[in-house]
Amino acid sequence: MKAKRIIVNTACHILLAVLSIIWILPILYVILTSFREESGSYKSYIWPRGFTLNNYINLFHGNTNINFTRWFANTLVIAIFSTILSAFFVLCVSYVMSRLRFKMRKKFMNIALILGMFPGFMSMIAVYYILKGLGLLETGILKQIALVLVYSGGAGLGFYMAKGFFDTIPKSIDEAAYIDGATKWDTFLRITIPLSKPIITYTLITAFMGPWVDYIFAKVILGNDSSYYTIAIGLWTMLEQEFVEYYYTQFYAGCVIISIPISILFLLTQKCYVEGVSGAVKG
Amino acid sequence: MGMMKKKAQPAYSRPGDAGIPQAFKNGNAITKISFFVFGLGNLMNRQIVRGLIFLALEIGYFIYMITFGIGALGDFITLGTATQGEVFNEALGIYEYSAGDDSMLCLLYGVITLVLTAGAVFIGCMSGKSAYCTQVRIEKGKPLPTFKDDLRSLKEENLHAFLLSFPIIGIICFTIVPLIFMILIAFTSYDHEHQPPGNLFSWVGLDNFKAMFSQGSKLAGTFWPVLSWTLIWAVFATVSCFLLGMLLALLINRKGTKAKGFWRFMFVLSVAVPQFVTLLSMRTIFNANGPVNVILRQLGVIGMTESIPFFTNPLYAKITIICINIWIGVPFTMLSTTGILQNIPADLYEAARIDGASAPTIFRKITLPYMLFVMTPNLITSFTGNINNFNVIFLLSGGGPDSMDYYYAGKTDLLVTWLYRLTITQKDYNLGAVIGILVFIILATLSLITYRRTGAYKDEGAFQ
Repeated sequence: MKAKRIIVNTACHILLAVLSIIWILPILYVILTSFREESGSYKSYIWPRGFTLNNYINLFHGNTNINFTRWFANTLVIAIFSTILSAFFVLCVSYVMSRLRFKMRKKFMNIALILGMFPGFMSMIAVYYILKGLGLLETGILKQIALVLVYSGGAGLGFYMAKGFFDTIPKSIDEAAYIDGATKWDTFLRITIPLSKPIITYTLITAFMGPWVDYIFAKVILGNDSSYYTIAIGLWTMLEQEFVEYYYTQFYAGCVIISIPISILFLLTQKCYVEGVSGAVKG
Repeated sequence: MGMMKKKAQPAYSRPGDAGIPQAFKNGNAITKISFFVFGLGNLMNRQIVRGLIFLALEIGYFIYMITFGIGALGDFITLGTATQGEVFNEALGIYEYSAGDDSMLCLLYGVITLVLTAGAVFIGCMSGKSAYCTQVRIEKGKPLPTFKDDLRSLKEENLHAFLLSFPIIGIICFTIVPLIFMILIAFTSYDHEHQPPGNLFSWVGLDNFKAMFSQGSKLAGTFWPVLSWTLIWAVFATVSCFLLGMLLALLINRKGTKAKGFWRFMFVLSVAVPQFVTLLSMRTIFNANGPVNVILRQLGVIGMTESIPFFTNPLYAKITIICINIWIGVPFTMLSTTGILQNIPADLYEAARIDGASAPTIFRKITLPYMLFVMTPNLITSFTGNINNFNVIFLLSGGGPDSMDYYYAGKTDLLVTWLYRLTITQKDYNLGAVIGILVFIILATLSLITYRRTGAYKDEGAFQ
């Protein structure tokens, strides 16, 4: 019996090791290539012949076409503003849906579900023309404001996750507060929000990641104005036919650079993420 | 409009729950007029601020309609009549463009006017309701809520209106109006031959839908294969990520596994990398000359000049994409299921083990049903998410390899990436809109049925 358990355990560990290697190798390749000395794109070997930091240094001394510093700053600003706005929207809607009972509640939830089923960028063309009509596509700065609005405007529809979390906070806590004379608004601010750190973090992270990951909305709204690009379009541009030979290694350097802060952020908040998924108060 | 809702509902009174028809039927003359002259009932009973807000909104609406709205509605019906043309300017001796109607803008302003009108009707109902409440309160001799009371109620029984107003305005502007607009485009002839402002487009009814389904046409010959690949992709992507991710979580959570945190970290690392970075690097890694082919060449699996067509052979491309998606999705599922797996009551497992159940049986009879119960809403959202999974396809294969048999689509194109090509590259906005509607119909029928059946939806209060 004991021998069998040892065999099973070893097998499991070997399996885990193999799987981890599969999951780590691509990341390793990205990091390796970002330090590769030889320029040019694809090589007939994996391990670089020489190592250099120049890919990173050059990234920040870019010319007019490839201005990584600028892209990074653009994305960061857009991400921060849209995070604040969408987190506010999501928390408001999910609290209302979870805690307050009113006539339109079920209807609103069904409408949200239905709206979520349309392909997101089906409305993109229309959004583009609406923004143009509002005069928000005149200058680069306005385009960035437009992008923030696009990322956070419909955020209120993504309330299901946070609502599920609020549902797990016992109602008796709220009721105790009402008895002590708190208004519902006070209860929301002073009791529910402090109890919801994991889900708030989760909401913040997902909202923050949006602009870093999105390619399509940014591309449509920013057009060819390369100094206002976000990171995603910028890196995509580096892989285009005319740039790939020259920027291949720098592309990987760029990938590493934006992955580092986001990874750290993500790992720090991973705990909140798991807690957020599994509920507020554990039995 | 959402803003008004909060002011319209009276403070501390039950009659506010009365329906609109009831308010209209039981209301006195002033209440009835209040449905058309906003705020009258409030103004007559010294609720000045509330009444004035209603009235100001109505006046604003009428000013908009008279200066702009009525004309916009007219253009909305015709979608413009004057084509942009060239006029010879005799004084300057050159051809000049005469400004024609822009069908696109006609349609857009029409939709906006319609939405504003709906908002006005809504406010009218609120005004009538508010007047009715005031009337009932006076009849019963109760004190009328002042404007201060109205504001205070926003923190209490009308908190929902207060909290929802801004999100709803956002949703209306950036989701609902654009959606109505795109849905309407599906019924117009807005394709690459009718591009405003140079040309007008017009209403064509169901012609686009007929074209999409007519037998033997190139469009239908593209739609059905793309649809079936979309469904196959969504099923495979959802099920594989869910099952494998859960198995991975179980493997790590096993009692015998050492260094759980370390293993988890190894997989979480790939989640932490921004998804599009992963996707773009994967695209280069599986490139014809990318590292995977290089390794295979050096191992002697394929010849030195050969390469496996990961993205250029239709079948290979499909398999590659599903595999890469597993690589991306499994750690996500592992993360989200870990917590839930730990919540499965331990005595269930204990009892099963005492009864002599084997590990696979326990998984099949306890873990899987439990997880399915908890995760069904998640599964549905990830299924719909996969049907609309634009990023993975677009950044990995771009929909390719392209096919001559298809109408501007590739073999790995999903409906959404095809939609993208049709609108952005091909400028066939009407066809794009038709596909959008069809995707919606598919998703709506699939998920509304399943979602309403899940336990999580039926007794959402089960844990409260």
